[in-house]
Amino acid sequence: MLALEIGWGTTLAIKTLVVLMIIPLGALILGYVFLLKMMSHMQSRLGPMDPGGFHGWFQLIGDGMKFIQKEDIMPDGADRRVFAGAPAVVLISTFLVFLVIPMGPDLVVKDLDVGVFYALAVSSLSVIGVLMAGWASANKYALLGALRAAGQLIAYELPLLLAVTGVVIQAGTMNLNQIVIQQQENAIFGVDWIGNPYILTQFVGFALFIIAAQAELTQTPFDMPVAESELVSGYMVEYTGFRFLFFFMGEFGTAFAFSAIAATLFLGGYAVPWVHGDAANWIGPFVLFGKLMLVAFLMFWARFTYPRLREDQLQAFAWKFLIPIGLANLLFTAFFKVAL
Amino acid sequence: MTEFYRDYLAVAVLMVAAVGMVVFMLGVGRLIRPSRAQGEKYIPYEAGSDPTGMFGQSNVRYYVFAILFVIFDVEAVFIFPWAVNVEEFAWFGFVEMTVFVSILTLGLVYAWRKGVLRWV
Repeated sequence: MLALEIGWGTTLAIKTLVVLMIIPLGALILGYVFLLKMMSHMQSRLGPMDPGGFHGWFQLIGDGMKFIQKEDIMPDGADRRVFAGAPAVVLISTFLVFLVIPMGPDLVVKDLDVGVFYALAVSSLSVIGVLMAGWASANKYALLGALRAAGQLIAYELPLLLAVTGVVIQAGTMNLNQIVIQQQENAIFGVDWIGNPYILTQFVGFALFIIAAQAELTQTPFDMPVAESELVSGYMVEYTGFRFLFFFMGEFGTAFAFSAIAATLFLGGYAVPWVHGDAANWIGPFVLFGKLMLVAFLMFWARFTYPRLREDQLQAFAWKFLIPIGLANLLFTAFFKVAL
Repeated sequence: MTEFYRDYLAVAVLMVAAVGMVVFMLGVGRLIRPSRAQGEKYIPYEAGSDPTGMFGQSNVRYYVFAILFVIFDVEAVFIFPWAVNVEEFAWFGFVEMTVFVSILTLGLVYAWRKGVLRWV
């Protein structure tokens, strides 16, 4: 049904266009549902509930129109080309992650054999964009923010890798589609009707992944690099209008991507255990979206409730706590994989 | 064209498409947005006062973190191929990897004891 009789070039073009639409759409959905609505309810914020009358539905559109009207300002001392290119680097790294995320057995742009590895590699490209932005802004706050962000992003990259390695060991493959199928087909303790979502066996990995993803997104409680009360948004301080919007879209698009990867790795992705074939293609995107929103809810819930960690606590937490746990989890998983 | 190149052609195509979209959005922005140049607008933001002192004099202590990161990242490159084939290598692979991870952990413990993991 969905395996249409068209060439691979046309298929690729269509899939590319779909991915181009998914990122802004995903960023908008997360921004609207969580940042505007959920935060307003949890923190009693009245502003975002007001515009447009019904539940503040107009707020996001109004924000978008505001960004479009803003003048493009570049500070005098700025390294102009690097300054202009930085938001694009951040946004493009988000786009590239979506290449490997399967939304159904056939609904994936390219099912790379090194799927997970590729996703982690391209998502870490955004560090370069952040450093470019901070360095090129000719602003002390921006530079401090960028250095903190870079230190944080590379520190939390490692727990992320180690959490994923646990899943790779258990599944025996790095291909995301294969990982989903493994979770769908296998049984846990003889119970076969729920499959074997890896959150059950890799719970430590899931917790590590969520915490590290939170830090990679520089969301509260790990938002020291963009702390508005001391660094006034850190590396983004000199950006206005569309370029600022790119950083914003990059942040929420990456939140969308990380939620999708977490849902794929730990919650069984697009699959429902007893649905196969074409039906899986049809319901896949909706199932994945549901699971993804669940993961995103957890991350934003933490974002809206926890206070900020201090910079040295933040670094120490990654190096002295998460990485040793990640290494232990890796060896335990391998032990059980070999022993059982 | 072989399947391998097709896979990575997709990466290139997606990247070009993303660049195209960024350029398109910035182009639209350029057409719409106002531009009224005033000198004060282009002073770097510094809490409302004029910037003072040298730009870039911050205490960058994180090169040690960078080195540690490279060590563990290279470790990850070695771990992934093994992780895919854990069953194949069985106990031999497990023992070897335990030794490998232990040595790296010793490095982390050493850095910890030396106090370089403190962000100053």
